[in-house]
Amino acid sequence: MKAKSLFLATAVASALALAAAPGARAEGIKVGMITTLSGGGASLGVDVRDGFMLAVKMSGRDDIEVVIEDDQRKPDIAVQLADKMIQSDRVDLLTGIIWSNLALAVVPAAVAQGKFYLSPNAGPSQLAGAGCDPLHFNVAWQNDDLPAAAGTYLAAEGFDNTLLLAPNYPAGHDMVNGFKRTFTGGINGEIFTKLGQKDYAAEIARIRASGADSVFFFLPGGMGISFLKQYADSGVDIPIFGPAFSFDQGILQAVGDAALGVRNTSQWNKDIDNPANKAFVEAFQAEYGRLPSLYASQGYDTANLMISAMEKADVSDTDAFRAALEEADFDSVRGKFSFAPNHFPIQDIYVREVIKEGDVFTNKIVGVAATDFVNAYVDQCKM
Amino acid sequence: MSPILVIEQVLNGLQSGVMLFLMAAGLTLIFGVMGLINLAHGALYMIGAFAAAAVAGATGSFLLGLVAALTASAAAGALIEASVLRRLYGRDHLDQVLATFALILILSEGTRWLFGSFPLYLDIPDWLSGPVRLPGGIRYPLYRLAIIGIGLLVALGLFALISRTRIGIRIRAGEADREMIGALGVNISVLYTLVFALGAALAGLAGALIGAIQSVQVGMGEPVMILAFVVIVIGGIGSIRGALVGALLVGLTDTLGRIFLPMLFGLFMEPTAATTTGSALASMSIYILMAAVLLVKPTGLYGSAG
Repeated sequence: MKAKSLFLATAVASALALAAAPGARAEGIKVGMITTLSGGGASLGVDVRDGFMLAVKMSGRDDIEVVIEDDQRKPDIAVQLADKMIQSDRVDLLTGIIWSNLALAVVPAAVAQGKFYLSPNAGPSQLAGAGCDPLHFNVAWQNDDLPAAAGTYLAAEGFDNTLLLAPNYPAGHDMVNGFKRTFTGGINGEIFTKLGQKDYAAEIARIRASGADSVFFFLPGGMGISFLKQYADSGVDIPIFGPAFSFDQGILQAVGDAALGVRNTSQWNKDIDNPANKAFVEAFQAEYGRLPSLYASQGYDTANLMISAMEKADVSDTDAFRAALEEADFDSVRGKFSFAPNHFPIQDIYVREVIKEGDVFTNKIVGVAATDFVNAYVDQCKM
Repeated sequence: MSPILVIEQVLNGLQSGVMLFLMAAGLTLIFGVMGLINLAHGALYMIGAFAAAAVAGATGSFLLGLVAALTASAAAGALIEASVLRRLYGRDHLDQVLATFALILILSEGTRWLFGSFPLYLDIPDWLSGPVRLPGGIRYPLYRLAIIGIGLLVALGLFALISRTRIGIRIRAGEADREMIGALGVNISVLYTLVFALGAALAGLAGALIGAIQSVQVGMGEPVMILAFVVIVIGGIGSIRGALVGALLVGLTDTLGRIFLPMLFGLFMEPTAATTTGSALASMSIYILMAAVLLVKPTGLYGSAG
């Protein structure tokens, strides 16, 4: 009995393997998407997925197969899913990961097994510098790009006594260091909070007593919602700035009036004036009934980058496909887009301001923080 | 470091303490009376916040939102008790932990199914928003003062309920000897459902009050629940008075530690190292407090010697 079922399993497995073997398909691609679809961080993963699938649908191609799995924001689960996708689903290319710690757990092993990885979000410094890889491409940003652009902007605006606030974990330190790299004014102090902390009364009291002329903060997701609401209610009127992560379309509605007028830095906004962006914003609203966030724009660009490479080369020809990806020959919703030698974007970074359009809170571009911004790790990458 | 900053931080500590008390009171009552470890208590906090956000969003009234939070979380609590937890009273704690952990997953994903993945909007009503000026020139948010007031009122009400009413007598009797009060003709399963619904309602109230100044999203209850467990371990399991003292201790330690530890280290270390070390130690402070209390009093501050 046991031997028989074992035989059956082997037969089924080899049939599947045959069907999925690269030679069995002329062209076409199989994509494994590992992203966060449950728990507190799900809104980011949902946006990346929806943006990616919208681009696939709009391309009209039927040779793109996407396997989507939920990593629950847990590194161990992400690693299991990657193993499963590589070994039993036989995907050609992986994408989707939101969080840097998950990307660090999955990407090095995936590229070592010859799979392409296109990052729609996480851009940890390790993968941009010494740990860069020919098969790894980031279509979003390096983690400190947006805060570094904010540093340039605040210095240009003449602020000279800035207080920094971030959670006490690697990305928090990255963001603070990115800001300090470009900010030429004086630093009032640094506050590091517990990751996931939701009450900022103590920190706001310290800000009130600090005498700073500006506050730069990085508190993504629910932490940002909590901080912005409590800050607005506290009556402290020191201006605050941050990277786009506390101001994306998914959370602005939950923050409400408390975010109005706050300036933040982002590589994308829905009012960037180019045909690709117009088409994207319209199609996204028609398909999903909500405005896209920067995460959705990143998912959309990731899929379009992949499709542009498919038009030039077959994914089974690794060198040709990589060369096609490096050209970045697609219409990015950001306008200009090209890859630096470490496969991270060279792009403009804008200053946005939170406004209210009718009943909807959203962002409007009010300036450019940095033109053709290149990440700081490009010289450490040897490939 | 001005006296104003210290007083403001003490108020912040009190505010976070009374909210923790609302969570811990329900948890400790349920454990004391029924001997049940309820990991899903944080999910009831989340249900309260979502109900408040949905009703306040639809009607524009924060008070109606609070009523909805109390009703929804009490109803959810009663339903969970009658359908699932009732079967677990006689079982091992490990079975209870497993079942209530499953409840967290079911309630979280159920909430996502109903409300979607994006955080909901719930804000402080206009008549409670903005800072007020306290004697001594301190500007403090009115809403946080209101939270302190509500928390203390609930604590008083709970003490009165437990020590002065018939229900309170039954609850205390149920804690002392479950079989005996059953034998005396008290309908024990109704009493249990009632206690569970009461604990759930307190958690829902905390969720709605805190939801207005934090983010209303799936999974918001879990970090609070961990703190609530620390509180009842410090206070002594089953003791309402212990929950109050423990909650205030944890709230004050956490809040004061977060601000003053980095400053303290700044006196003899260079700034970046002081900030990092101070923040790391501040995250541990309540657990150090818990360990210290358990060293001196292994059953917690007000725990029975058993």
